Amino acid sequence: MEVKFSIRRYDPESSNAVSHFQEYQLDLNDSSTVLDGLIEIREEIDGTLSLRCSCRSAICGSCAMRINGQAGLACNTKVIDVLPKDGSPIIVEPAGNLPLIKDLIVDFAPFWSKVNAVDPWLKPEGEEPEEEYLAPNEDMLHLAGVMSCIMCGACVSDCTVLAVDENFLGPAALAKAYRFVGDPRDDDDDNRLKMLNGNNGIWDCTRCMQCVEVCPKGVDPMGRIMALRDKAMTAGYNNTNGARHAKAFSDSVKHSGWLDELQLPIKSFGIFNIKAMIGLIPLGIRAQLNGKRPPIFHKSIPGADKVRKIFDKVENKI
Amino acid sequence: MKYAFYPGCVSRGACPELYTATLKVCEILGIELDESVLEGASCTGAGVLQEKNERLGDTLNARTFAMAEKSGLPLMTICSTCQGVMAQANERLTADPDYRESINQDLREEGLEYKGTIDPKHLLWVIVEDLGIDVLKSKIVRTLDGLKLAPFYGCYIVRPSKALGLIDNPNRKQALEEVIEAVGGVVADFPGKTLCCGFPLLTINPENSLKMVSRHTLDAKESGADAMVTPCPLCHLNLDGYQPKAASSIKQDIDLPIIHLPQLVGLALGIKPEEMRLNKHIVSTKKLLSELAVTP
Repeated sequence: MEVKFSIRRYDPESSNAVSHFQEYQLDLNDSSTVLDGLIEIREEIDGTLSLRCSCRSAICGSCAMRINGQAGLACNTKVIDVLPKDGSPIIVEPAGNLPLIKDLIVDFAPFWSKVNAVDPWLKPEGEEPEEEYLAPNEDMLHLAGVMSCIMCGACVSDCTVLAVDENFLGPAALAKAYRFVGDPRDDDDDNRLKMLNGNNGIWDCTRCMQCVEVCPKGVDPMGRIMALRDKAMTAGYNNTNGARHAKAFSDSVKHSGWLDELQLPIKSFGIFNIKAMIGLIPLGIRAQLNGKRPPIFHKSIPGADKVRKIFDKVENKI
Repeated sequence: MKYAFYPGCVSRGACPELYTATLKVCEILGIELDESVLEGASCTGAGVLQEKNERLGDTLNARTFAMAEKSGLPLMTICSTCQGVMAQANERLTADPDYRESINQDLREEGLEYKGTIDPKHLLWVIVEDLGIDVLKSKIVRTLDGLKLAPFYGCYIVRPSKALGLIDNPNRKQALEEVIEAVGGVVADFPGKTLCCGFPLLTINPENSLKMVSRHTLDAKESGADAMVTPCPLCHLNLDGYQPKAASSIKQDIDLPIIHLPQLVGLALGIKPEEMRLNKHIVSTKKLLSELAVTP
């Protein structure tokens, strides 16, 4: 089948180093992957096209890039699945949120420095066993997904928080952190959670699910970040806007059946956070003037006691 | 066409205009809404409750589904966040009958049981799939000719794509554009239409939240948009309510009206703007409405 690719090109050494799209047309099979197409372009049409790839089997994690605006591995994306029906080209761009080196190659240095920042190794305490550290199978099962991470950077590429804040630890590093916090052989949970609970950590995730959607290996980074939030709160790290928000939200639903939107920001920032309280005033005035202020007296839904009963029954179940 | 109507918290709190516009639009479109069958239904948990306890969230949603099931009516939402959270809960509840049964044990005391037959549907999909674009077109009394509208889906009506049925119904990825074109508008496409509005970070990292607001609204304006339309009241709250603050933080005017999906449809159906509280937005819709030659 005839396939058109529109590839974002960039060469820092060219006299006119401007990012631009270049189109290529080639003949591919129904079974061809995007990577097959890119390699054919490089081998047969234009030897200057630069990309990373190695295993061609979704194992090495080298060929993450944006295909039609969404991150994925070129080697496990079939052309036929992403070929626009209207005859327009498949758009291929380098991974996002990482510095561009050339064409489809990005600099992974920030990626690795964030993974390193979570101390991605086991820290057991006590005397070393004579043989290996043993862990019951059932305690390791929940880590199977996160251990499948191949560090391809697809989640980092499309993370909506990294797009506005390069200091966020990001989905890959936080998923890696969960891999050790959740490991029964690790004894450094408290220090780990303390660090993750800080700035640029677990509370900066906006829960947009981009990482879950684009991950080619089912790692579910956002799910791991939520699990880390739960672990941090359970460990007593409750002095963050995020932890207060989660508690205020839960209390509101438990006691009235629905959300008290007026109280939520106040309780999240903390009523004694004078600066934040003053910051809320202009919004409050605008909302008041436009009839958009939530009710001051938050009424419970009919039969709210039934919701409360469910909370009582389920809250302490695992 | 009759639905068990789940309005969600926000349309009864900070976005009363969404609730009002929905009732008026559905009446004209012949979409009958029964809110009483879901009386006493709780908040979905909005993903926040699920951070701490997914099972608790699933139990509350199974309770709402059981109420809808009992009424024999399909369930309709008007909030992307409700839609997304319900779809994810429903995926777990329908995939595993043993899990559903264990959840049902906590509902029995109330005489409720969820059998797994509900498929929660957002008004956007109800209009495109159940009503049909042709029927919508046949009810239009005033086409919004030439109006350039940027679609803003946000996150929870597009991800996770499998739970939301986007794999089986790929048209859902274009549903907002279909409605915009059906009412005579022109789609102003921009890169952020399925990205995060920043609402969940509002109280956690306001700086990042505001950056998301300014980025998306400016990108939409750059693509020529006169206004942005969204099926999510949380996206509306952030993109509208915090737009003045976002604008002042980048020292640049934005001034892009953010309208709810039913408000857009309502304008084409001839509903007066003030009946849909279009005069009650933070970012004024006056200029937009004057371009349409309707007074607010």
